[in-house]
Amino acid sequence: MQSRNRASHSVEYSGIPSWIYAVAIAGALLVILPLVAMLARVNWPQFIPLITSESSLAALGLSLRTSAASTMLCLFLGVPLALVLARGRFRGQQILRAFVLLPLVLPPVVGGIALLYTFGRQGLLGGTLEVLGLQIAFSTMAVVLAQTFVALPFLVVSLEGALRSAGGRFEAVAATLGAGPTTVLRRVTLPLVLPGLVSGAVLSFARSLGEFGATLTFAGSLEGVTRTLPLEIYLQREADADSAVALSLVLVAVAVTVVGVSYRRHGFLGGTGNTSKETPTSVVSSGSRR
Amino acid sequence: MTFTFSAAVRERNFNVSLTVGSGETVAVMGPNGAGKSTLLDLIAGLLHPDSGKSVLGGKVLFEARDGGRTWVAPHRRGTVLLAQDPLLFPHLNALDNVAFGPRSSGATRASARNRAQEWLDAVEAGGLAQRRPGELSGGQAQRVAVARALAANPELLLLDEPLAALDIHAAPLLRRLLKHVLAGRSAIIITHDVLDALMLADRVIVLENGKITEEGPTRQVLQRPRSRFAAGLAGLNLLSGTVTEDGITTVDGLHFSGQHDDGLEPGQDGVAAFPPSAVSVFLSEAHGSPRNSMAVTVTDLEPHGDQIRVRAGARDELAADITPAAAADLGLAPGMTVYFVTKAAAVAVYPA
Repeated sequence: MQSRNRASHSVEYSGIPSWIYAVAIAGALLVILPLVAMLARVNWPQFIPLITSESSLAALGLSLRTSAASTMLCLFLGVPLALVLARGRFRGQQILRAFVLLPLVLPPVVGGIALLYTFGRQGLLGGTLEVLGLQIAFSTMAVVLAQTFVALPFLVVSLEGALRSAGGRFEAVAATLGAGPTTVLRRVTLPLVLPGLVSGAVLSFARSLGEFGATLTFAGSLEGVTRTLPLEIYLQREADADSAVALSLVLVAVAVTVVGVSYRRHGFLGGTGNTSKETPTSVVSSGSRR
Repeated sequence: MTFTFSAAVRERNFNVSLTVGSGETVAVMGPNGAGKSTLLDLIAGLLHPDSGKSVLGGKVLFEARDGGRTWVAPHRRGTVLLAQDPLLFPHLNALDNVAFGPRSSGATRASARNRAQEWLDAVEAGGLAQRRPGELSGGQAQRVAVARALAANPELLLLDEPLAALDIHAAPLLRRLLKHVLAGRSAIIITHDVLDALMLADRVIVLENGKITEEGPTRQVLQRPRSRFAAGLAGLNLLSGTVTEDGITTVDGLHFSGQHDDGLEPGQDGVAAFPPSAVSVFLSEAHGSPRNSMAVTVTDLEPHGDQIRVRAGARDELAADITPAAAADLGLAPGMTVYFVTKAAAVAVYPA
């Protein structure tokens, strides 16, 4: 009886002091409590009309479209950057990494100003772009650029981590089997780091969706053109608090869905393969024998 | 198809020249850190040499001289690396792993899979085609890795301790398999196991500290080792010194009599080799010709089959196999001084 009881309660020793749990709960509450407070403030009877108003739908649609576009741009630019940072060997690599990660810690409004002085009419590339007939500042393109600027580091960081932990041994084998570098990238490297790539893309999408400061500075707030959901919420905050809260909830729901889906499928930030149902132990077992 | 190789890597103190004939399998043996993996990495193109030249079947793999540099990328070399870790691509099933080489060289998916299935059948892994690497045992995974290496149709196969990670039940099957597939194929195999060299290789190269210290046909290296490492592989005691009329004089000034090779000239460098089983251990000096007696300090005792192996000498270089009863009788313990006595008839003396 005793032994059965013990077996059913067999838990690995965690080594966590009990007071840690108290602090951890406080930390979790700091994140969860405001969301609960917001939920309590939602005007439920008016919820559907509030989020389906013309301006709300325009903002939501624009947010989803621009975030999708900036996620694509992040993938297109970020995968090569992560590869070069993780696998390349060149002078100035550390400095390049520092600069690529800068938007993570830079206030977005500063990023917006920097973008304005690059792509704006008076900016570094403004003259060239004008000759080409391109007006980027205060356009939807500017929204995508601003979102990409702030979201790119998320993709680069998570993919670079995945690339580093995967190591280069599979690539070496693939090369000796006769596969050229591009084939190795397509058929070995990218499939191997797919979980990291997916979670990086999801994080980039979520960051793009929430982008506010750089967008406002660089793209302005034109309804249907540059006024994304966060900008709409900010504008409505004083005029129509109910609408702002309802739209905030939409944004929370989208973010929770996106992150939740990614977390269930691949584990957060690259994952370990443990949570993947298709290949129970493949990554772990074949990677770490020796 | 012949393979010639000569390369130096200053950073790793590596300087090796070797050739592999058409259809020849060469075993590379040596202590850890001797440069064995460096050798394979240089051949496969995973490492750049400082200087040297290598040619495989008329194609220059690399040439680095004062003047210019030629360097062929790994995927264009026709050398395939099979490591101790099978390194099967975890996202592909066994069949697609094996089909990877043919696909990379331009075969259609269907024909690549056909070839892959043939190779899987050839390594007795035909039934595993649809399995993911994570669902294979160590031995099965290594068989699939062998099939994958061969399906890429290598001109030179590079094997880096392919059996080292396998348990004692899986290793014999794969060793038989390798013997079968390596027949008539040019290959270099790194191994720690003298059995691999014996079964799989035509020739043995001993690599120590980035240099070749000994090479020759497998039988000759094992029967007549010249380096201490090869003697260890062959399970022989080895003393080097100067050849005398009836034996050799070691560098420590000890005289050792033994059986001379024909044509051995007194004064030239030579070695004396004798098996541990031919050594008797005494507590006091035993006299009476023709016997060799030397005072040594016991360094270690260890089980060796149903005998006890007594290790002795300043560099742990001598061994004697005695019965447990004899060991108990003598009261042996590390640190004791004893006499290793060997009949001259059991000592082979040949050139170094």
